[in-house]
Amino acid sequence: MTETHSGCCSGNNELLLARIKQIASQYKGKPGNLIQVLHMVQGVYGYLPVEVQRIVSTELEIPLSIVSGVVSFYSFFATEPRGKHTIRVCLGTACYVRGGVSLVDALTKKLGVEVGHTTADGVFTFEVARCIGACGLAPAIQIDTTVYPYVKPDGLDEILEPWYHDEGETEGVQ
Amino acid sequence: MAYQTLTINKFQDLEEVKAKVQAEVADYRHTIYVCGGAGCVSSHCTEVVQALKKAIALRGLSTEVRVVVTGCVGLCAYGPCMIVEPDGVFYGNLTPDKVKVIIDRHLIGERVVEEYCYFDEDRQAYVPYTKDIPFFNDQVKIALRNCGRVDFTSIEDYIAHDGYFALAKVMNEMGREKTVEELIASGLRGRGGAGFPLGVKWQSGMKAEGDQKYIICNADEGDPGAFMDRSILEGDPHSVIEALIIGGYTIGANNGYVYVRAEYPLAVERLSDAIKEAHGAGLLGKNILGSGFDFDLEIRIGAGAFVCGEETALINSIQGLRGEPRQKPPFPFQQGLWDKPTIINNVETLANVPAIILKGAEWFASYGVGKSKGTKVFALAGDIKNSGIIEIPMGMPLRNVIFNMGGGMKDGKAFKAVQSGGPSGGCLTADHLDVSVDYESLSAMGAIMGSGGLIAMDENTCLVDTARYFMEFVQDESCGHCVPCRIGTKRMLEILQRITSGNGKLEDIDMLETLANTVGETAMCGLGQTAPNPVLTTLRYFKDEYIAHVVDKKCPAHVCTALNTYSIDPDKCRGCTLCARNCPASAITGEKGQPHTIDTSKCVKCGNCITKCNFGAIELK
Repeated sequence: MTETHSGCCSGNNELLLARIKQIASQYKGKPGNLIQVLHMVQGVYGYLPVEVQRIVSTELEIPLSIVSGVVSFYSFFATEPRGKHTIRVCLGTACYVRGGVSLVDALTKKLGVEVGHTTADGVFTFEVARCIGACGLAPAIQIDTTVYPYVKPDGLDEILEPWYHDEGETEGVQ
Repeated sequence: MAYQTLTINKFQDLEEVKAKVQAEVADYRHTIYVCGGAGCVSSHCTEVVQALKKAIALRGLSTEVRVVVTGCVGLCAYGPCMIVEPDGVFYGNLTPDKVKVIIDRHLIGERVVEEYCYFDEDRQAYVPYTKDIPFFNDQVKIALRNCGRVDFTSIEDYIAHDGYFALAKVMNEMGREKTVEELIASGLRGRGGAGFPLGVKWQSGMKAEGDQKYIICNADEGDPGAFMDRSILEGDPHSVIEALIIGGYTIGANNGYVYVRAEYPLAVERLSDAIKEAHGAGLLGKNILGSGFDFDLEIRIGAGAFVCGEETALINSIQGLRGEPRQKPPFPFQQGLWDKPTIINNVETLANVPAIILKGAEWFASYGVGKSKGTKVFALAGDIKNSGIIEIPMGMPLRNVIFNMGGGMKDGKAFKAVQSGGPSGGCLTADHLDVSVDYESLSAMGAIMGSGGLIAMDENTCLVDTARYFMEFVQDESCGHCVPCRIGTKRMLEILQRITSGNGKLEDIDMLETLANTVGETAMCGLGQTAPNPVLTTLRYFKDEYIAHVVDKKCPAHVCTALNTYSIDPDKCRGCTLCARNCPASAITGEKGQPHTIDTSKCVKCGNCITKCNFGAIELK
């Protein structure tokens, strides 16, 4: 998790696209790496718009239709710009029975966006997770890779606050 | 990576490392095992470890007291937690301040700090020793043998706990045929859900013809409520690596993959560090232990698709494709990854292998009942007091798991149901508490052992809503490849949504049952075939709740808000106006000092009034 993305809005689009091309080209002729490459590319660019998918397609010599099919199949891949951080409210069974839905409701109000969307200030993308495996700590939420245990709706402000100033870790695997 | 210079070329090297590590630790008076499982990490155990090490150094105890950060100790409800050995004292809910007190009073003063220990609510007493706490003392740890005991960052510590000795035994003494025979004799069955005998699977892999074969570890633990595999990968990654090398050697595969879900970044990190360590030591790569056998292991990270836990979908995902399942036959052992013979095993299943090789099939089979041999790891979660990870011999009554080890329900609530096996499993009731926990007994009840998630639910749970929850999950995760799963689960979900919103009819229940049976019989892969189970078991054991929803238009647990009716008891209402001021729909009216009333036609059933009222005057029916 060494890469940090600055998204499409940094003004360095050319540089980012070049970096993506470089990443993808390392895997030319290595079948089966498409998903891993997409993870890395999303880590750099923040999301996977068609122009980015096209670069991956060209470099890996895989038809764009296949690349696009994979991107749309997996929930970790996004085709819309994402916030600086990703909040996932876990709605696994344990979190569901321990009140995960009340956290979704509270965050919807606090962030001012529905699940699946990014806040107007671009700080958070708000999602629900199927299960983050923190069932012993239910209800839990995850911001990027940090897990918060036993979350209550009135404790959310305290959790969110530091992330508004955090420039470090971002979403993405590897 | 403290031991990059380590080289293991032969059996004697393992023995030397083991002896060296054991000699190093023999001088310590105490060892403190601090849980570094993902649960405790999110409860800030790193700060506890820092405070612990600092306190030990300040008091000049560094040569007497050893701190080991280990994998999951199990009792997540008490995190951050630690065990002080050789005393066997468990401390939970730790903070940096508490550990300083423990150092002074326990490690210097030799007096247990009882008030930081496990609290038994039934006995209203602190229980310091793990040997007296049912959560610990009813466990038999085989797959989890090293979790909570071994420093997961150190291959040397793993070797000191007989790590890689099973691999040496297989390569030097047993050979392929004997290994397979031993595993078949042990009765070890797949722990990921289907329960297929591992030895038989490996035998098919060994006999399969092909210039290239593969072995895959399925670590795509997607069932909500399950976190066993995560604990093993994070707490004892080398046991999985060792088992995969043994598997590769046995079936004749030189390449292995571990497919880990993207939701588990810590597991990915620790496993990839362990793979690098094993590579550095020569236990992965060329000519392992001088046997002439080469084996390489790679991690593949999923991208958030539940269906990829299905083995053929997983294979497609490793190939970089959409994770859609393939039609079987051909089975993966015939045509799997890149159409080559492929064996796929789950994390927990593999973690059992080195222990069986070292201690023998007979020892392993001495645990368990009938066709369910050995132990099973369960994740206890939901409305249960002692949430966490346990490993029990199969055949233990469910009651013991929930009430004795799990400590019963939280907040003094009554037990209502336990959900076993995630979206493929079923809900069991209080009537089933004496059922034995094994593959056959659970299947007979309509539930399944599944991967091992046990979610306990208290009296405030609506089982119709739970069935709707699982159907929503499955519907969302259905890959869309086959019609019964794609469309059948959608129609089932719509029926359940009608019922929980108060628009259900009696005939909906029959239709739901018919659809459930049809989807189960006709779907293409395991996901669709088992998807109706939560609906079928709740229909079987909680039909009265379905009827209450459709006939009486009531949700007995008051979970389905559309069916709730709020009213104000005029005898209890003081007319303080608090409820009226907090009602978002302005549905509450009344003069100050006079009993208020709720206009049910305006009420949006948010429940604000009930939480605001200080006099318990709001009634929910």
